[in-house]
Order: sequence, then structure tokens, then C-alpha cells
Amino acid sequence: MSRFGDWVNERFPARKMMREHMTEYYAPKNFNIFYYTGSLLLLMIVLQLVSGFLLMAHYVPTSQGAFDSVQGIMYDTKWGWLIRYMHVDGVSLIFILLYLHIGRGLLYGSYRKPRELLWIIGYLTYIMMMGEAFFGYVLPFGNLSYWAGQVITSIIHAIPFVGPGLTTLARGGPGVGTATLQRFLALHAVLWFMIIAALIVMHILALHEVGSNNPDGIEIKDKKGPDGHPLDGIPFHPYYTVKDIFGVGVWLTVFAAIMFYAPTMHGVFLERTTFFRANPMVGLPDVTPPWYLAPYYAMLRAIPNKYFGIALMALAITLPFLLPWLDRNPVRSSRYRPVYRTMIIILAITFFTLAWVGEQPPLPKYFIIERVGAALYIGFYLLLPIISSIEPTRKVPERVKS
Amino acid sequence: MTRKAWVSAAGGLLAWLVAGCAMAAPQYSFSKPMVVAGARLFAEHCSACHSVSSLRYNRLSQLGMSKADIEKEIMLPNGANYLKGMEPTMNMADATKWFGIPPPNLSHIVRARGENWIYTYLTSFYWDPKRPSGWNNHLFPNVAMPNILAPWGGTYAKNGKLLQQGLESPAVYHRQVAEIVDFLRYASDPSVFERHAIGPYVLGALVLLTLLAYLLKREYWKDVHHGTSGKKGNGTKH
Repeated sequence: MSRFGDWVNERFPARKMMREHMTEYYAPKNFNIFYYTGSLLLLMIVLQLVSGFLLMAHYVPTSQGAFDSVQGIMYDTKWGWLIRYMHVDGVSLIFILLYLHIGRGLLYGSYRKPRELLWIIGYLTYIMMMGEAFFGYVLPFGNLSYWAGQVITSIIHAIPFVGPGLTTLARGGPGVGTATLQRFLALHAVLWFMIIAALIVMHILALHEVGSNNPDGIEIKDKKGPDGHPLDGIPFHPYYTVKDIFGVGVWLTVFAAIMFYAPTMHGVFLERTTFFRANPMVGLPDVTPPWYLAPYYAMLRAIPNKYFGIALMALAITLPFLLPWLDRNPVRSSRYRPVYRTMIIILAITFFTLAWVGEQPPLPKYFIIERVGAALYIGFYLLLPIISSIEPTRKVPERVKS
Repeated sequence: MTRKAWVSAAGGLLAWLVAGCAMAAPQYSFSKPMVVAGARLFAEHCSACHSVSSLRYNRLSQLGMSKADIEKEIMLPNGANYLKGMEPTMNMADATKWFGIPPPNLSHIVRARGENWIYTYLTSFYWDPKRPSGWNNHLFPNVAMPNILAPWGGTYAKNGKLLQQGLESPAVYHRQVAEIVDFLRYASDPSVFERHAIGPYVLGALVLLTLLAYLLKREYWKDVHHGTSGKKGNGTKH
């Protein structure tokens, strides 16, 4: 066995990788519940790949056949309902995890030097996943899919000069139809997914290069024992692998409860309008995106001018890239920055309020919420450089608290 | 974020899920006998005009109906195929001529509208001589469909006054409407009984696995809390 192992390792760095990324990767010992989200996200992405592969084996990407092929999976395919609910509910659960994962980065300053690239790669993955979710959303070709496809591709139309040409390219014709489904399927299942997978690998490599942050925001590499390992670090394997298996157990229990007892989550995870067949003749009273994209949609609607609305949305999506340079405070974690912590709580409440309002019909009474929400969201990033340079901080301890 | 906040958030989510199931009206007790009764009523009153194309007739055998019963009671004598979806007897071109629009396929109607909506819709018809069919609906004004259940449920005026007594008592009639709604709910997601039958075993197995994983984790992490994980004197009690 060992001779075989040696033979392999002389040709492929299996043991070296195991050491670098598992048994000799030292992670801070004070991880809290937020630190389950990374491994759970990886698990959920793999589940999406497996369930997506099985769905694609039965899916027909034509405007005439798409809706019926999806219903064929639901009605006539053995375990088809399980696979589809796994894929559909998995999306919402991935975005719940993503928001917790990103929120953790904000709370503990995980975007700060030397983790700027880690943050940028991760945030780019999140943006790519929004695209991935959109492509997938159009494929079942319910009426909501059709109109969401029309509306989102028409956003590209606003780009000066090349917009109209790009919209036609995205749709594969003047409107959303078979050509759109075919290119969206190719993007969803092949190109876009492979980019996401590559970004995830880069994200993990970057993490293991700089090391994990922790809730105290203290660099554990600064305090090393005589053996050269961080005093407050523990090997990822076995400590965090066994801990993450427990997290996986809890998470899969919740996931299964949703799939078996509330697969549409009262119309939040699987919207009612997706159960009407796509019909260009029957418009929907209001085309609202799924909850996880709704905050940006609310900001788009906050300005009743197509170009400025899109500009605001684009600003809201791109500002977080600059976060590592907008935060000027020497302290990382919000545990020792009460003002910054309050700002993050306001940001989180704003974001989920925008998600709620983005799902509402476009009525004047909601405009004020959309505008205040957009102002607070953008305001967080614009005010951070000023507030972070003058805010009071508490004394940061020498060693992590366990 | 404290552990307490997380536990209460998870508790709230669970309460919401349970409340979602418990809030349904009492008529909506959802069971195989209700669905089978609803299928019979649907075949008798509704499937002349409405298709349920996604649901194959043979699917009903999983609810305890025999093939002979399905052929006799559910399949209408128009060459319906036991292995294919439920189709209407009426010619859709004729129907479009008579009603103005073709009667919709009801395969996904409960998923699209919700069971409460369907129930309220079916019980909200009133007599309106101004309409071509003579019928109007409080929930769906100027709907094309006439109240075909009026002989059983009775005819009401717009103000709710009973104009003509139905063949059934209101209690029996409302139960029958609920049975039709239950059938349509089943038709919009036939995995429901399978899901609910397997669910407890899946959740039980996962909870057991989680428990074992927790014990394993606790065993491994004893070192960390007592500071013997290969590092010297850094352990503080958790």
C-alpha cells in the first residue's frame, strides 16, 4: 500500500496537497457558527452540479418543449421531483449561505489586508452566481421565466451604442425563445458554471495562502509556538473537518425538511407565476425577481429613469469590490468597533428590507422605502472611509478568545 | 451574533413552516380518500371542459383506485388513454367559440393560484343576468366560466341572498368543493404523498447522523479545550 502511495506521490502531489490544505493548514480555534457557511456552500454547489446534471438529462431546451419537459421530470420521472426540488430550493439556500458568508466577512473585517484578493474573488463569485441563477430561472419557461428573461436582457439594451446589438446577441433573436433557451442552457451548465468553479478554487487557494481570519480579527500567525505553528491555530483536519461534518448534518436536515414538506416555501423559493406556461400574449402584472436578487431590483426601481436606475444598481453591485480600501481603521473586527458594528447591522436590515420591497408591486407608497434603502446602502460605502478613520475602537486582545 | 439569536431565528422559521400547514381551513384536511373523492367529482363535473394534461390516469391507481374503477368513473368515453394525461371531452375549438376563451388546463392551477384561491373562487359565484352566461364571480369578476355546480350548491344573488336551494346541504357541498380542490392540489404536485411518506425516515436518519457527528466532534475537540492539541499551554476552557 505504502509502496503504491509512494509511486503515486512521486508523480502526483497528493500527500503534499493533503498536508498543505488539510492536516497542516492551521485555522484559528475560535471559529463561530458563521464559519460553517464556507464548507456548506461547497457542498451545496456540488449538489447543484449533481442535480443539475440529472435534470439536464431530461430537459428539452425549446420554447415548445421546455415547460412540458420540466413537468415530465416532476410527474413522470422516478425521483424527478426530489432532484428538481433539490436544484430549485438549493438556489435559495445557497444565497442564504452566501449572505451569511459575506456578512461574516463584513463583521470581522475579513476583506482587510492581506485578504483583499480573497474578498474580490469571493465577491466576483457571488456576482457570477447571480447570473447563474438568472440563466437557470429562465430555463423552465414558465411565464415568469419568459418575462424575467425579457426584462433582464433589456437591461443590456441601455448600454450606449452596442446595447441593442448585445441584447439581440443575448437572446439569440429579437425576443426570448428557443435560441435564448439553448444559449442560456449552454451558459448555465457549461461556461458560466466552469468560471464559477474556477473562481471557487481560486478563492480556496487564496484563503490557504493568507490564512483564515477569525471573529476577533487577530492575525494568528503573529503568535507562533516553538514548533512554528500558530499558538491559536489548530489543524484544519481533523478538527474542522469533524466540526463541519456536524454542520453538514444540521444543514441537510433543514434542507430535507424544506424539500419534503415545503418545497415551494409558500411561493418564496418557487414562485407561483412559474407554474403558468410562458406566454408572450399574457403579461404579468409585475415581474419581480426572486428574493435573492430583489434588493438590486428595488434600487433599480428607486430612480424612475431607466439609465440612472441601472447606473445606481451597477454602483450598488460594484461598490463592495472597493471595501478593502474604503475601510481605513487599523482594527479589523467589528467586535472592537461599536460604530462600525452598528453600521453593518443597519446595512443588513437595509438589504433585507430592499429584498422585501423589491418583491412588492411598483406602487408609489413603496418608492420612499426604495429610495431611503438605496441611499443607506450606497451611503454605507461612501461614508465608511470617513467614519472608519475617526471612529472610537476598543482595545484588541493579544490572543483570540475561545 | 449570539447562539441564542440563531436558535430563536431557527425556531421562528420552524414555527412559520408549521403555521403554514396548520393555518389551512378545516375543509382542507388533505388525504388520499379526499383526493379520490375529488377525482370522481372532477370527472363528473369539470373534465368535460378542463384538461389535467400533466396527470396521467394511471397515476390515480397509486391512491388506491383499481384500473377498472378509473376506467369506469374517471375516464370519459371519448377514447381516453389510461397511460396518458387527463383530457377533456369537449372540442377546444367549440369551447373557444362558446366561452370566448378555451377552458384552461388545470394541471398546475393550485400551484399557480393557491388552494385557498380555488376554494373561494368555486364558492363565490352569483347570479348576474347581465352576463352572457348568467353568472358572475366575486373573486374573478366577469369570468367566462358559468357556475356549473349551482344545481348542487344553490343559486345566490350578488348580495348573498339564496335564490334557489341546491340539492346538497351547504355543509356537504362545501366538503365536495374541498374534495375537488384537494384533487387539484394533488394534480399540481403528485409527489406530495410520496414526500410525506418518506419524509420522517429521511429526517430521522439525518438527525441520527447529526447526533453522531456531534458526539464525534465533541470527542475530537476535547484536546482543543484542554490545550493538548500539539500546542503548549495555550488552552483556555471554552
